[in-house]
Amino acid sequence: MTTTVELILLTLACCAILLGLTLFGEFMQSRQAPGRSNPVLETYKTRVQSWWAMVLLLALALISGPTGVMILFGFASFAALREFLTLTTKAQADHWSLALAFFVVLPLQYVFVGLDWAGLFTVFIPVYAFLLLPMVSALRGDSKRFLIRVAETQWALMMTVYCISHVPALVTLDIPGFGGREVLLIAFLAVVVQSGDLLDFFFGRRIGRTRIAPAISPKTVEGMICGVGSAILIGATLHWLTPFGVLGAMGMAAAASVTGMLGNIVFAAIKKDRGVKDWSHLIPGQGGFVDQLDSVIFAAPIFYHLARVFYI
Amino acid sequence: MIQLATLPRRFAADIAGQAIRLFARFITAVRADWRGIEPVPKQRVFFANHTSNGDMPMIWSVLPAAIRRQTRPVAAADYWLKSPLRAFAGRDVFRAVLVDRRRDVEKQDPMALILAALDQGSSLIIFPEGNRNMTDDLLLPFKSGLFNMGVARPDIDLVPVWVANLNSIMPKGEIIPLPLICTVTFGAPIHVETDEPREAFLARAAAALADLRPGVSS
Repeated sequence: MTTTVELILLTLACCAILLGLTLFGEFMQSRQAPGRSNPVLETYKTRVQSWWAMVLLLALALISGPTGVMILFGFASFAALREFLTLTTKAQADHWSLALAFFVVLPLQYVFVGLDWAGLFTVFIPVYAFLLLPMVSALRGDSKRFLIRVAETQWALMMTVYCISHVPALVTLDIPGFGGREVLLIAFLAVVVQSGDLLDFFFGRRIGRTRIAPAISPKTVEGMICGVGSAILIGATLHWLTPFGVLGAMGMAAAASVTGMLGNIVFAAIKKDRGVKDWSHLIPGQGGFVDQLDSVIFAAPIFYHLARVFYI
Repeated sequence: MIQLATLPRRFAADIAGQAIRLFARFITAVRADWRGIEPVPKQRVFFANHTSNGDMPMIWSVLPAAIRRQTRPVAAADYWLKSPLRAFAGRDVFRAVLVDRRRDVEKQDPMALILAALDQGSSLIIFPEGNRNMTDDLLLPFKSGLFNMGVARPDIDLVPVWVANLNSIMPKGEIIPLPLICTVTFGAPIHVETDEPREAFLARAAAALADLRPGVSS
C-alpha cells in the first residue's frame, strides 16, 4: 500500500467516526422540544463541525506532501503565537523583537525544518533567538520589567513555534526500513493525542472524582487513566502506520498522550493566571488555536526525540 | 450624470474598504464583543478610547455592513487632508465627518458639522479624548463634544466602545504592525440625564468606557 492510500483510508475512517458523531448530534437535536435550545448540544455540534474542518485540513495537507504540511503548521504556529503574545507582558521597547519573532524567527524555523537542517532547527530558537531578541529589546533602553518581558516572549516562541514545528519535523526523520512514509507519523501522533484527550474529557465527566490539580484544571486521575489507556489501545490499532511495532506503538502513544495531558494542565495554569477562559475565539466551540493544540505542543517534541533515539 | 461620474471613485472606495477589513482580520483577527447592545441598524454615537491611528479602522471593520454604511467617523481634517491618498481614505472610504481641530474663526463650527451628520441619520464614531493617549493613564480627560451631542440630540444612544491591544499592535512611531489579537467591545448605551452637569456626565461616560477593558469583570 502506498502512503497516499494509507492516508486516504485513515481519513475515511476519521470521516466515518465524525459522520457518526454528526448523526448523533442531529438525532439528539430532533428529540429537542421545538423552540428550545440546549447549550450542551449546541456546543457539541459546533465542536463536531470544527473537528470536520480540522480533519479535512490535516488530511489535505498530509496527502499533498511535506510542503503542504509545513504551510499548515506554519499558519498554526502564527495563529498560536498571536494568541500567546496577546497575553504576555510587553512594552513599546519590545516592538522590534516581537516583529522579528513573528516575521523572521517563525518563517525561518519552518524553512529550516523544510530543508531538513536538523542541526539548526533544533537550536535556532533555544539558542539564536534566545540570545538575539533580548539584545534587540535592551538596545531600545527600557528596563522596566525587562526579565519578565524577554522571558515571556521566549516562552511564547518555544511553545508556539519551536514545539509545534516538531510536528512537521517528523516528516524529516529518516527511519531505516520505513521507506519514506514518515508523513504517516504525523497522522499517528495527531489521532492518538487528540482522541486520548477527547476520551479523557468524556470519562472525566462520567466517572472523574479525584482532581489532579484542583486549583487549576478540571482534569481527573480517573479521566486521565482512561484517556491514556484509550490512546494506548488506539496506538496499538494504528501500529501499521508506524515503524514501531505493536508494543513500540503502544509505548509511543502512552508517552505522547501523558505529556500532552500534563501539558494541557500547564496551559490551564497560564490561562488561570491571565484571567482568561480561552486563548481566543478563532475556532468555533473550541476557543483558540492554543486551546486546540496545547497537548500536541507538549507531545510533539517528546515524540520526535523518542523516535530519533530509539528508531534511527 | 453626477451619480455616473462618481461611480469609479465609489467603486475604488469599496475595494479599498474591503482591503482594509481583510487586512485587519488577517493581522489582528479583530473581533467584536457586543456586550451591551445588539448589532442592529439604529442611530448611535460610538465613543471609543484612542491609542493608535488604527482605532477607527478597527471599529469600522467589525461593524456589520448595514451598520457600517450608515456610520461615519468624526476625524481631524488636518490629518486626513494632508495627502491625496489620505483624503481619498478619509472622504471616500470612511466618509469621515472632517472637523478642524485648529480654532479658526473662518472654519465651520465642528459641532454644527457633527449635528448636521446626525440629522442626516448617520451614526458616528468619535474619540472624546480628542487626541491619542500616549500616557500610562487609562484615558485622557474627555472633551466636551460628547456632552454637547448628548444634550443637543438626547434620543440618540451614546455607546462606549473599548478597543483593546492596539497600543501594542501599532504604537506611535512604529512602522510594522504586530499581529496581536484586537477585541472591540461595545458597552451599554448611556444618555445625558436631565440637568446633569457636564463634568458629572463626562466622568460617568469615561467610567462606562473604562469598565469595558479586558480583565474587568462585567
